[in-house]
Amino acid sequence: MFGTVIIVFREVLEAAIIIGIVAAATRDVPGRSRWIGAGLLLGLIGSALVAGSTSQISELADGVGQELFNALILGIAVLMLAWHNIWMASHGRELATNARNVGNAIRNGTSEASVLLAVVGIAVLREGSETVLFLYGIATSDQIGVSALLLGGMIGIVAGVSVGYALYKGLLRVPMHLFFTATSLLVLLLAAGMASQAARYLVQADLIPALISPLWNTSAILPEKSITGMLLHGLIGYDASPSGMQLVFYMVTLVSIASAMKWISYQPTENKLETV
Amino acid sequence: MKHIFTLILLLSSLTAVAYEEYNIQIINHRFEPAELTIPAGKKVKLIVENKDSTPEEFESHELNREKVIAGNGKATIYIGPLSPGKYPFFGEFNEATAQGNIVAK
Repeated sequence: MFGTVIIVFREVLEAAIIIGIVAAATRDVPGRSRWIGAGLLLGLIGSALVAGSTSQISELADGVGQELFNALILGIAVLMLAWHNIWMASHGRELATNARNVGNAIRNGTSEASVLLAVVGIAVLREGSETVLFLYGIATSDQIGVSALLLGGMIGIVAGVSVGYALYKGLLRVPMHLFFTATSLLVLLLAAGMASQAARYLVQADLIPALISPLWNTSAILPEKSITGMLLHGLIGYDASPSGMQLVFYMVTLVSIASAMKWISYQPTENKLETV
Repeated sequence: MKHIFTLILLLSSLTAVAYEEYNIQIINHRFEPAELTIPAGKKVKLIVENKDSTPEEFESHELNREKVIAGNGKATIYIGPLSPGKYPFFGEFNEATAQGNIVAK
C-alpha cells in the first residue's frame, strides 16, 4: 500500500502545485472556482480517455506518439502561462497603483478564464492518466486488496492536494504589492520547467538532438524522487540529469516571456493588450 | 492533431537514421533481460515489449527517460549516446520486481 501512496502522491503533487499557483495568480477572475472545477472535470475525463488509448497513442508516429502527445500538450500549457503573464504585466502599473482597477480589468476579460481552464485541465490530464493506469494495473494484478488500493490512493491524493492548497493559501498571504511579482515569477518558472519537459520528450523521441547528455548529474545530491526533488521539479522544473537541449528550451522560454513582460509594461496605455 | 502527427512522421522519416535495435521484454513485472549491454557513444533504439496484461512505466533517472507502456503493448525509446557505465532503470508501477540495468561498453 505504501507504494501506492507514494506514486499517487507524486502524480497528484505535480498537478496540485500547478493548480495552486494559477489559482492564486487568478484570484480576481470572476467565477474562477467554476473554471477551475471545469478544468478538473475535463482533465479527469481526459485522463481516462488517454489512459484507455495508451497503446493507440504510443503507436502513432512510428512508436513515439506518446512523446509527441506529451510535448504538444506541454507546449499548449506553456503558451497559456506565457499569455497570462504578459497580460498581467501589461496591467502591472495599474496593479501597483490601484488594485481595484486591475480587478475590474480582469473582471471584464474572458481570456484569463480560458487560461485557467486549459492549464488546470492539462495538469490533471498529464498526471491523472498515469495515475489511472497505475491504479488499474494494481487493481487487476490483485497483489493487494481493493480496500488497501483505495485507501492508499486516497491518502496519496489528500497528501498531494494538501501541498497544493498550502501553496495557494501561502501565496494569498503575500502582501498585495509583492503578490504580482511573486505569482508572475512562479508562473514564469512553471512555464520554463514545462518547456524543459517538452524538450525531454522530443529528445526521447529522437526528433531533436540532446546536445549534451547529461548536462549535469545531481542524482546523488538531490534525487528527483526525494521530497525536495519532487517539490523543486514541480515548482521550477528541477531535473537531476537534464540534457543540454532542456536547458536551451528552459532559458529560451524564460527569457522570451520575461522580455515580453518587460517590454509590454513600458508601453503607453493605448498600446496595451486589449481586454477581450 | 492527426495532421500534425502525420507531418512530424514524414519529417522524422526523412531524417531517420537506422539505429541498432535492442529488445527488452516485461514478463511478470520483471525485465527480461534485466541487464542489457549496448555500445557506448552510440544512440540505440530500445524496444520494450510488455507481455503482461497490466500497464508499466519504463523509467530511468540516469537515462533521463520515462515512458508508459500499455498492457500487451510495445514502446520505442531512443537511448544514448552514453558514456561507458551502468544505467539502472525500473518499472515505476511495479518497482519491487521490475528492475534492470543498461550497461554501456
